[in-house]
Amino acid sequence: MRTPEMSLAEKLWQVNWGLLLLLALIGMVGFALLYSAAGGRMEPWAMRHAVRFGIFVGVLLVIALVDIRIWMQLAYPIYGLAFVMLVAVDVLGVIGMGAQRWLDLYFIQLQPSELMKIGLVLALARYYHHVSAENIGRITHLFVPLGLIVAPVALVMVQPDLGTAMMLILSGIGIMFIAGVRLWKFLLAGLAVAGAAPVAWSMLREYQQNRILTFLDPERDPLGAGYHITQSKIALGSGGLFGKGFMQGSQAHLNFLPEKQTDFIFTMLAEEFGMVGGLVVIGLFVCVLLYGFAIALRSRNHFGRLVAMGITLTLFLYIFINIGMVMGLLPVVGIPLPLVSYGGTAMLTVLAACGLLISVYIHRDVTTNRSGSPFS
Amino acid sequence: MQKRDTDRYKLFTRRVALVAGGKVLLLSALAGRLYQLQVLESSKYATLAEDNRINMRLLPPTRGLIFDRNGEALAVNRQNYRVLLVSERSGNTEAALDRLDHILGLTEAERKRVAREVQRNRSFVPVVVRENLAWDEVAQIEFNAPDLPGISIDVGESRDYPGGEPMSHVLGYVAAVTEREQQESSDPVLTLPGFRTGKKGIEKALDMPLRGRAGNLQLEVNSVGRVIRELARDEGQPGTNHVLTIDAGLQRFAYERLQGESGAVAVMDIHNGDVLALASTPGFDPTAFARGLTQAEWENLRDNPLGPLNNKAISGQYPPGSTFKMITALAGLEAGVITPATRLPCAGSVTLGDTKFHCWLRGGHGSVDLNLALAQSCDCYFYEVARRAGMDKVAEIALRYGIGAELGVGIPGEKTGLVPTRQWKQATFGQGWQQGETLILGIGQGYILATPLQLAVMAARLSNGGFAVVPRLLREANAPDGKSKPYPKLKTSPEHIRHVLAGMDAVTNSQRGTGYGARIVDPEMAMAGKTGTSQVKRITQAERDAGNKRAELPWHLRHHALFVAFAPVGNPRYACAVIVEHGGGGAKAAAPVARDVLVETQKRDPSATPPRQVAGMGSGTLPAREPR
Repeated sequence: MRTPEMSLAEKLWQVNWGLLLLLALIGMVGFALLYSAAGGRMEPWAMRHAVRFGIFVGVLLVIALVDIRIWMQLAYPIYGLAFVMLVAVDVLGVIGMGAQRWLDLYFIQLQPSELMKIGLVLALARYYHHVSAENIGRITHLFVPLGLIVAPVALVMVQPDLGTAMMLILSGIGIMFIAGVRLWKFLLAGLAVAGAAPVAWSMLREYQQNRILTFLDPERDPLGAGYHITQSKIALGSGGLFGKGFMQGSQAHLNFLPEKQTDFIFTMLAEEFGMVGGLVVIGLFVCVLLYGFAIALRSRNHFGRLVAMGITLTLFLYIFINIGMVMGLLPVVGIPLPLVSYGGTAMLTVLAACGLLISVYIHRDVTTNRSGSPFS
Repeated sequence: MQKRDTDRYKLFTRRVALVAGGKVLLLSALAGRLYQLQVLESSKYATLAEDNRINMRLLPPTRGLIFDRNGEALAVNRQNYRVLLVSERSGNTEAALDRLDHILGLTEAERKRVAREVQRNRSFVPVVVRENLAWDEVAQIEFNAPDLPGISIDVGESRDYPGGEPMSHVLGYVAAVTEREQQESSDPVLTLPGFRTGKKGIEKALDMPLRGRAGNLQLEVNSVGRVIRELARDEGQPGTNHVLTIDAGLQRFAYERLQGESGAVAVMDIHNGDVLALASTPGFDPTAFARGLTQAEWENLRDNPLGPLNNKAISGQYPPGSTFKMITALAGLEAGVITPATRLPCAGSVTLGDTKFHCWLRGGHGSVDLNLALAQSCDCYFYEVARRAGMDKVAEIALRYGIGAELGVGIPGEKTGLVPTRQWKQATFGQGWQQGETLILGIGQGYILATPLQLAVMAARLSNGGFAVVPRLLREANAPDGKSKPYPKLKTSPEHIRHVLAGMDAVTNSQRGTGYGARIVDPEMAMAGKTGTSQVKRITQAERDAGNKRAELPWHLRHHALFVAFAPVGNPRYACAVIVEHGGGGAKAAAPVARDVLVETQKRDPSATPPRQVAGMGSGTLPAREPR
């Protein structure tokens, strides 16, 4: 067993540089695409993307080097902080008479829902860390995790941010599943949702129903809500197997493609580099996910395993929802593609999460007692 | 504890395996979807992407020009300098208009219209602030360009009619496309802003060939329609030019001669049918229509009692009055009920049943033959001839000489006139034909109606010896040299025609003729004709007794003055018809006009030179008019 008191040099040696290289590659794909999206210019996106990436990798390393037991201690406080901030933006949003997701901290605009994505993973991992395999089956052990999930989801829904809410629910349920909650409970919950769906449908307002119907059939409303997805599919489809070539995507460059630098950047990638380009990038993400699995399986403390799996799941959800959305498989909910889409907060979230992942790896042999106190 | 953790780890690994399996499944779905979109359905989306990228824009074709027979331009296109405002670049619209106001002096209405159009269009769409700028205004705007962001000068085309009012009824005008035209035709050129279509006259009749074919521009645009670059350009085809048979100088002369009256003049070549002048007074300014009338201008035109919008030469229908007497005479001769030498008595009136039919000369003409009856326009003589020949014969001859049917001169709005028949009377009034009506018909009154152009055609068909000449404003495409196939001979005996023409000669050139006062003195140019006065209101017995002072009647109840003529007498070439609405007697009001017009016609002698042919396609645009 490795001593908890590793030197900084030892820790740095342990940093998973292969994973970092992968992340850097993905970041570079984003850089190239943002350069193309701006019509062959560094401004306004590509340069800032690169600079941010550099700064946030520094943040990643700091997080990675912090002992996993400290993170375990901080799990609830981080969750609590994110929760308070969510309440704050909701209140400010009500005062400001509109949807508000940002908390302006003067030096940086913070999006609490992003912090909550990490906070929820940490809190659930912390909770299940001290639940034994026998006790997991007890109904009483369902209440706290469900509460941890439902409370922030409700706040996020109020904003309203359907995409983040969806991610929080899915990652929360995913961690519960990984932690060992019985399969039949999920099946029962699934059946309950399916049974409630028609009732819920009838309770939805007409415009909400329309939004869902438009998702199912974008051609219903080609100039309204379906416009984005129709144009995105045209861009993807016209890209073909090998794409139109770097900076040659007519859909993107003629502005038919909405949000090409943020949520729809995968579309631009697939238009310019074709299916081959799309698969390569998906492949890079799969490698990142594989790292996550490996790290989770190699960790010797349960908190670390659950954090690693939770983060892997979060990353997967980002990727799957974003790509599924631009291809018309999922509704358009505003989830960016990690490290490729332009946007500071999402990049910070993803790199911070990867920092935690690496921290799990560095401290993979640390064991903790179930109360969670470090240095046992 | 260690064992518990091992149990937990086993559970954990099982779950991880399940999660991993789930992720593999979902990512495979993504890859499958990518394959479906980018490989299986790629061609469909490639087509859609191409459509997205390319936008067609129409280029308005240059409208064909219209010339008179001597090559004088009657309808042209002028460069039209317009100020455009692009709100995207100008910033605040109000402020931009304020800056422009110093140069142009914008009206409140203009400002409102611009503001409305700016609101309605997307911010990069240019909005026309004002058209038809003068040079100095263009210069000032260009000079101040740095201080006028978003303001630009653009050259369009507008229709201009140098022919002006005299030509207004023949040419007609162009005006903005109406909603109805857009519904009836799917031609996309109609949707172009500022596009004009022919609404009247030649502009309407030849609208399609004058329009030409629109070109188009293939533009690469982005999703908001902003132009990225031009991909291809098809210039289209300008409209074809057209040469009219009209002599613009003669037309102007005729129009000015009638100025101040409400009337019409038609002059035509009796052999080939060329219409040399077709004037109607008062006219209007067709250029004003092309640029768009103001409400006040429109109301003025509409409410003018002299009817400036009505082309009286082809749309005005009048009882021909005594100008119809040649027809009655021919009917009598052809029916064999009279000979030129037959003398009939005139005692100032004839009585049929209870009705008395008066001659215009109260005391009567005594005993008259054909020549004297025409020269003196004796009504009693023609009552009797009509009675003997019968209304069917009179109607047959009238139709033969061009009355009662559309002539097809080539501009819309032509009226047929009316030659009454027994069936027509029965159908219209539910009554049979009365013999008294035959008498009235004999002097060109009652139901019979003719247009001035029809009367000119009647004079032409008589003076050319009985050929069914048809008037035309355009020389047919199949006779580019101006020589068309000869018109068919009418089935009238030349001998009969000769006697009628002699009577017409006597009208103007014998001292007892009603038109002697308006004769052409120069024997080379002498004209023959026939006066006519058509009643607007029946003359009552009381009026007859009071001395019948028509000049004291209100204008709209006075008689119409008519005159038909041909010249020169010996070797006729030109026929002419004149009507002066409510002008009083034909001898006094109409004959002098015909005399002056025919003198001018013979001086100019337009038929000596065939119309000049102008090379085919719209030869472009004239510079903007200097003074405004």
